[in-house]
Amino acid sequence: MKEQETLEQRLGEQGVSRRAFLKFCAALATMMALPPSSASAIAAALAKAKRPSVIWLSFQECTGCTESLTRSHSPTLESLIFDMISLDYHHTLQAASGHAAEQARDEAMKAFYGKYLLLVDGSIPLKDGGVYSTIAGRTNLDMLEEAAKGAAAIVAVGSCAAFGGLPNAQPNPTGAVAVSDIVKDRPIVNISGCPPIPAVITGVLAHYLTFGELPALDELGRPKAFYGETIHDRCYRRPFYDQGKFAKTFDDEGARNGWCLYELGCKGPTTHNACATTKWNGGTSFPIESGHGCIGCSEPKFWDAGSFYTPLSAPAADVATVAQVSMVAGAGAAVAMGALDRVKKQKLQQSREKLTVEDLKGD
Amino acid sequence: MDAQELLIWVRGAGLQIAAAVFVLGMSYRMLHLLLIGRKKSLAEARGSEWAGGLRTMWQRSFVLPKLSPRGRFTVVAGYLFHLGFFVTLFFLSQHIALFRAVFGFGWPALPRGVIDIAAVLSLGAMVALLAHRLVDPVKRLLSDYQDYLTWALSFLPLLTGFMLLREIAFEYVTLLTLHIASVELLLIAAPFTKLAHMFSTFISRWYNGAVMGFKGIRT
Repeated sequence: MKEQETLEQRLGEQGVSRRAFLKFCAALATMMALPPSSASAIAAALAKAKRPSVIWLSFQECTGCTESLTRSHSPTLESLIFDMISLDYHHTLQAASGHAAEQARDEAMKAFYGKYLLLVDGSIPLKDGGVYSTIAGRTNLDMLEEAAKGAAAIVAVGSCAAFGGLPNAQPNPTGAVAVSDIVKDRPIVNISGCPPIPAVITGVLAHYLTFGELPALDELGRPKAFYGETIHDRCYRRPFYDQGKFAKTFDDEGARNGWCLYELGCKGPTTHNACATTKWNGGTSFPIESGHGCIGCSEPKFWDAGSFYTPLSAPAADVATVAQVSMVAGAGAAVAMGALDRVKKQKLQQSREKLTVEDLKGD
Repeated sequence: MDAQELLIWVRGAGLQIAAAVFVLGMSYRMLHLLLIGRKKSLAEARGSEWAGGLRTMWQRSFVLPKLSPRGRFTVVAGYLFHLGFFVTLFFLSQHIALFRAVFGFGWPALPRGVIDIAAVLSLGAMVALLAHRLVDPVKRLLSDYQDYLTWALSFLPLLTGFMLLREIAFEYVTLLTLHIASVELLLIAAPFTKLAHMFSTFISRWYNGAVMGFKGIRT
């Protein structure tokens, strides 16, 4: 029975040494801001951990989250640990299709009821009975509600599952919502990002395997270890922000000198994520290092926060037109009131009785 | 509504509402003020209204008159606050980015160090002016609720802006929301309070000078 194999056995089979495994555990502990001593605890727990059943539901999504996880870099310990879970259902990755695929999901849900981890990527459309996204003739809502009942915990992978993401952006034609808008009685952890950082999902899974519970979460349900700080606070260009040195265009002197991208629309100051520390593509870089500002993809409603290239200090909506219309309206009202004043004045002057010499003579 | 949605609102709809109230209210009040007009004088005056008006505009703006210590403090602290406010408003790089986005043009920014000094001086002057207003019996008697309201409305954008650049006490997203919201309150209140002097002050200075410079019989 493969499910009964421990992680250590599996890693050994795949040629991963114990030394490499311990290094991985130490890196995980560091990444999640746990004390150094917890590395050995993680190693001990992970070594004994049985492969938990994982059901992965993909709803209104672009598969970018799965791509991020599986194609980020050639096999590493992160991807191996991802192998260590028993992925019993995943559209993109599973070999089975059609009825066989749905059967695998049903069987896993029955066999591990109350114990399996439910991973969700993509938002759930509610409008018109949820017809805008169906799998095997069933709506996403129906499938999520059924799968959530037997889940030990739910991991919402990516900004669509966590906050609604792109499908939820104005005008939200399908009535898309996040997992947490539907499921209220199960622990949910949001791993937001478009896509999320692969190491973050590995870290959350490792934490779950080690401690049997989800890590500490912020007010938006994101693991604090990864979303506790903003991109801005950890950005290597931060000193330029503090000095007021900004690139004005993508190819000016400031951009070449690596100055702050705030005025080119960087949303780093309001975005909580670990890009600046864990980085992407096997630790190569993150967007700001490539000369593009952060677009704020791990925050709710990031598609509706105005242009990606509008600075945070500038309006997210058209204020100039509003001001022009208001000026015309204000001036029009002033002219109208001025005319009214004039008419009133004239009337008063006309109604005034003229003083004559006779009046002055008096009695 | 989470922190991000609140920020989107203050940067979007909230700012549109504030801008509409401010521009409509100000353009109405200023133009209406000018359209009231002045009575035509039938007698020839010895002095020139324009010369008197312009002289007073200059004197009240740029010449420090001989004053009592109390008067001197009010004038110096008042100038310090206004200058600091203008420097931070018009010469902080982030603000120029805002003007560029709205008006389509910008201008060079001052270094952050200069802005910081201006902001601190401005904040200090405002606190001193409020303390003086509360301590000095004459000033206290002359003050009504509007003086305290307009003080708070001017103080908050400066304070939240200063905190925002250093992320003091709150997160960036919270401070940015508070900063923009405080500016919106200032914009909304401006046309209907003493803050309208931001546009009428030179009109009234000219008027005062013109009355004094007329030198003739009023008919």
